[in-house]
Amino acid sequence: MTATALLTPTEDHAGHRLDFLLVTDMVEPGSRVLDVGCGDGSLLALLRDRRGVDGRGIELSREGVNTCLAKGLPVIQGDADTDLSDYPDDAFDYVILSQTIQATRQPKVVLENLLRIGRRAIVSFPNFGHWSVRLDLFLRGRMPVTRNMPYSWYDTPNIHFCTIRDFVELCGEVGAEMEKAVALDAGGSPVRVTLPWWAWNLLGQQGVFLLKRR
Amino acid sequence: MSSISLPPEPRSQVDDPSSLVARFGADEPLMMDAGIPLGPWQIAYQTYGRLNADKTNAVLICHALTGDQHVANVSPVTGKPGWWTTMVGPGKPVDTDRFFVICANVIGGCMGTTGPASTDPATGRPYALDFPVVTIRDMVRAQAALIDRLGIETLFCVVGGSMGGMQVLQWAASYPDRVFSALPIATAARHSAQNIAFHEVGRQAVMADPDWRGGRYLVEGTRPAKGLAVARMGAHITYLSEMALHRKFGRNYQDRNAPTFSFDADFQIESYLRYQGVSFVERFDANSYLYVTRAMDYFDLAAEHGGSLAKAFKGSATRFCVISFTSDWLFPTSDSRAIVHALNAAAASVGFVEVESDKGHDAFLLDEPEMFAAAKGFIDAAARVRGIA
Repeated sequence: MTATALLTPTEDHAGHRLDFLLVTDMVEPGSRVLDVGCGDGSLLALLRDRRGVDGRGIELSREGVNTCLAKGLPVIQGDADTDLSDYPDDAFDYVILSQTIQATRQPKVVLENLLRIGRRAIVSFPNFGHWSVRLDLFLRGRMPVTRNMPYSWYDTPNIHFCTIRDFVELCGEVGAEMEKAVALDAGGSPVRVTLPWWAWNLLGQQGVFLLKRR
Repeated sequence: MSSISLPPEPRSQVDDPSSLVARFGADEPLMMDAGIPLGPWQIAYQTYGRLNADKTNAVLICHALTGDQHVANVSPVTGKPGWWTTMVGPGKPVDTDRFFVICANVIGGCMGTTGPASTDPATGRPYALDFPVVTIRDMVRAQAALIDRLGIETLFCVVGGSMGGMQVLQWAASYPDRVFSALPIATAARHSAQNIAFHEVGRQAVMADPDWRGGRYLVEGTRPAKGLAVARMGAHITYLSEMALHRKFGRNYQDRNAPTFSFDADFQIESYLRYQGVSFVERFDANSYLYVTRAMDYFDLAAEHGGSLAKAFKGSATRFCVISFTSDWLFPTSDSRAIVHALNAAAASVGFVEVESDKGHDAFLLDEPEMFAAAKGFIDAAARVRGIA
């Protein structure tokens, strides 16, 4: 799940990705966390250092796993689509799926598994409803390829794009309650909460959701 | 098999090995799973590096089926380098400059730890088949007695591949408080039916050799060399992969350009296997082979815990790292995943990596940079947490 970075998310002065900091804020200190598609373990390390969490990871690439092991992070080589079913119910306080859901074969099944394994799920994903994406389709009639979305339609690992509205609907279908929903604009700052959903869907470059089983 | 000639009798390492030996009297018997107390008994071992003042830097290496305690020094029997010098040594993942490394011959072995070739004090003759059947747990119990003797409370890490990995898992299950970190490689929490089948073929080959003499060959002055060589030849195939065999030997002829229309070793692979068989016989006791293969067959960690492997690791604070190899069909990745799933279900701390290799099961003993990277990363990180980095 490494080749999924759609965005080049903005960083704070310490080099931490803003979306990771947002996720970190959503996690209660000292909780048990599973990061699905944890890459090089940056988020897990941040969660460990800032929130004292007992973290685990799943990562598809061997290189990513080795990097994580060297950081002292217990990460197993695996796949969100096939390996989540092996985890018992309620094994974690939070299961995080960061910038990965659009690259899974069965996003709905994956989401259901997140909510089964964790008491809460945190999902972040690139918003295909962002105005720049719409503009590409509307004016150029082409699948969007930008600095942040570098893949052509035929070689992208991102096989299940969705918009913020689409994701909200999926949450309803799988019985997930949204405890928090944040849309980050191109600069990585949250879109004003007072704005309506359609504005989030237009202005948010990515959505970050804290979900709970209903 | 006409080309297999009887090698010279090796120097006996059985009762008086070229190693350190911890001896336990009849008053300190080893309680065997077979229900028999074994005593007096002894365990032969090697150490490398220095134990720190807090005794927190001890690493135990567990050897595989035909391995021994000479993990990182020249073997006194073969004159070859230790069997895992790629993994254990100065600057290696198991760094002997930083850690106190211990490796002991398993109970039932033939390199100085009490086994079927050892002298039975009751008769003055080798135990042979009077030796109690050994289990992986017996091996670990014997190692624990050695660790006690060395005054070490907690092992910083227990490392092993194949049967050594089984011991690692058994250590973590039997003595969770004494294992800070565990690195089982190319192993399984239970021996598969296929693997038991291969072992049985090997044992039958040994026992079919008329020189085995019902196991009493040492007393009768014979050696079941041919049977043991065949057992080793068969087993050796299971340690490799089709790809590795093809790459190394293909259908190449051995010192000839055409088949001889005989049962001579026409093919390189035949010649190679015969050599493997013959050289094995020079260093290994046939009855030990029976006992140690049997120990692996009996290994089923879940069975000890009501059929649930997760229960074996419940509440464990040990840090685990599991490694498998893509082309290992003897202990396939699915076996390692079963361990990982159980550890996850037990909420244990576990890392797992499947190393890409075409070298089959033997890969864990060979030069596999990905394995070293994973092992070194895991061990170094654990050492930082342990405060011995």
